[in-house]
Amino acid sequence: MKKGKKIKKPENQQQLTEFASSILRKQFRFSDWFAEQIIRFIAFMSITIVALIFIFVFRETIPVFKSNDLPESLVETSGSTEAMRPEVYDPEADETAMKPETYGIDVEELPTLTSEEDSFSLQEPAVGETKKKKAVSTLLTKDWLPVSDYPRYGLIPLFLGTFKVTLIAILFAAPIAILAAIYTSLFASRKVRDYIKPAIELLAGFPSVVIGFFALMVLASFFQNIFGYSGRLNAFVGGIAMALAAIPVIYTLTEDALTAVPGTYIEASLGLGASMRQTAFQVVLPTATPGIFAAILLGIGRVFGETMIALMATGNAALITLNPFDSVRTLSATIGAEMAEVVFGDTHYSMLFLIGSLLFVFIFSLNAIAEFYFRDRIIKRFQGK
Amino acid sequence: MNRTTKDILIKSLTAVCALMILFITVAILAISIAGGWKHLTWEFITEFPKEGMTKGGIFPAIVGTALMTLIMTIAAVPFGTITAIYLAEYASEKSVIAKTIRFAVKTLAVVPSIIFGLFGLGFFIKFIGLQLDNFFFKGELHWGQPNILWASLTMALLTLPIVIVSVEESIRTVPKDMREASLALGASKWQTIRQVVIPGSLTGILTGTILAISRGAGEVAPILFTGAAYYLAELPHSLSDQFMSLGYHVYIMSTQSTNVDDTLPIQFATTLVLLLLTFSLSLVAVVLRYRIRKKVK
Repeated sequence: MKKGKKIKKPENQQQLTEFASSILRKQFRFSDWFAEQIIRFIAFMSITIVALIFIFVFRETIPVFKSNDLPESLVETSGSTEAMRPEVYDPEADETAMKPETYGIDVEELPTLTSEEDSFSLQEPAVGETKKKKAVSTLLTKDWLPVSDYPRYGLIPLFLGTFKVTLIAILFAAPIAILAAIYTSLFASRKVRDYIKPAIELLAGFPSVVIGFFALMVLASFFQNIFGYSGRLNAFVGGIAMALAAIPVIYTLTEDALTAVPGTYIEASLGLGASMRQTAFQVVLPTATPGIFAAILLGIGRVFGETMIALMATGNAALITLNPFDSVRTLSATIGAEMAEVVFGDTHYSMLFLIGSLLFVFIFSLNAIAEFYFRDRIIKRFQGK
Repeated sequence: MNRTTKDILIKSLTAVCALMILFITVAILAISIAGGWKHLTWEFITEFPKEGMTKGGIFPAIVGTALMTLIMTIAAVPFGTITAIYLAEYASEKSVIAKTIRFAVKTLAVVPSIIFGLFGLGFFIKFIGLQLDNFFFKGELHWGQPNILWASLTMALLTLPIVIVSVEESIRTVPKDMREASLALGASKWQTIRQVVIPGSLTGILTGTILAISRGAGEVAPILFTGAAYYLAELPHSLSDQFMSLGYHVYIMSTQSTNVDDTLPIQFATTLVLLLLTFSLSLVAVVLRYRIRKKVK
């Protein structure tokens, strides 16, 4: 301000106000404005990216709902004659007429398959009955057989497998992570805490492929010796390995939730004569419950979408059983294992994208619930409802 | 059971859980070191795989991982830093835009890595790549197939939230007084950010970068079908080449190797290299982050 005074000395009150307003007025600076616009634009990009992920993952699934390559084989499956086909496939007739070459190949391949087709239709007459089936309609069947002669894309075994592994992982990870978080945030001395917390952060930094390798090499044999089951790789081994990946997630978020509980709550409880253990389990834990639920939800999300551990440690057979020691195939592992081998653009390819979309929607909703529902409840709770 | 014994029992139960996590961390490290230490020689690091991957080293995988993380860092760090600056300096806490961006960042952080792989395939390779090919190469397949650029960009999206979160945290540790002092001296907001805020949060940017590299080097799912290759006789020459990666190497060797006895030491040693790489990086990041947090207290 000194400099300003030298230049122009305000003499009366009015001049002083004018002077003050002139130097305090925000000047328009182009570089400033420009920088802000660029920064804002780039920040917006993260919204765009999420939108693009939505659009492009879903876009590749669209052919699933249009595709009609399945019914062709299924109608033929029911032992139909050539004459039957035009009836069923009137809309496709034009298309096939346009591409006689590819169609011809199909016809040539057919006779060699007929014997198998017949036996197939005997085994599962229900499939043959529906003549105008789309690929979508096989989604609820019990088989995931994308590369057989009569592909069926039943998602039930995959969902069952994923839920099974997730359940095992969370049952193992959640108690350990939550109790450990209670220990470090409430019981442990500062020194101990300063060692344990970084260690758990380091576990979070282990690549999932390393955890998968550890499960494949060490855990699988270890649990096989204990439980004595036959298949080395199964839902249990995979679940435990995924728990290792989920523990840091649940731990960190639970710790945050516990430390967010106001210190006055703890002091009040201790002041009334409660022990630290009673305070922890009867005051702090109930207060932090929404946060801990959010932590578990995000842990579930982590396990649900985990690919490498699932690929390496679960055995990857799409079975429908509830036995935890049977091999399973999870949704994400299916994408990871099969995407490299599919023909770009065919039904199988789109079907893998459909699985991806389902995964994405699931995780997105989990995150949204954890974010909005539980966080709102925490805020309300701390602000006295 | 009286109160004190119950107290002690439950406290020790929680302590056991914490120690168990510690134990698991140490066990994974120890087993990898024990299994791979003998095979981890200078030749192993500097040679190409030989005789159907049963002998030789993992040099191309190391170079591939390094190149991929380099491109990823170039893409993710400036982008993430700028987004963090917007969130910390420009956006008001309550504005809908800031909330939406925050939600988007959190979503990016929890989206499974395989979805990024699908996105990389659907967007970078099949959309942008094929468009580029149609435009510049008249439909000849050049960019419309998996390569190191698309893999790195896919990975950059995955690591973006890590950079954003850690940079934003450190920007918030720059004292308000310094900003006000700078503004009072007549500096504009952008000048303040450039010359006060960014230098003050360099540690955070560094932490974010290291964490991102550590994550990117270890992640396999996003590059499964966007650019990683099982075996390449040459190092990648251009951005449109495929590359070998440490994590992918571990995965493919441990699940699809036909000759387990011969490749087991290689598998362990590769895992050890990957683990040491990511472990040392995250160790540095953890130490840096604790320093930043101490500064706040």
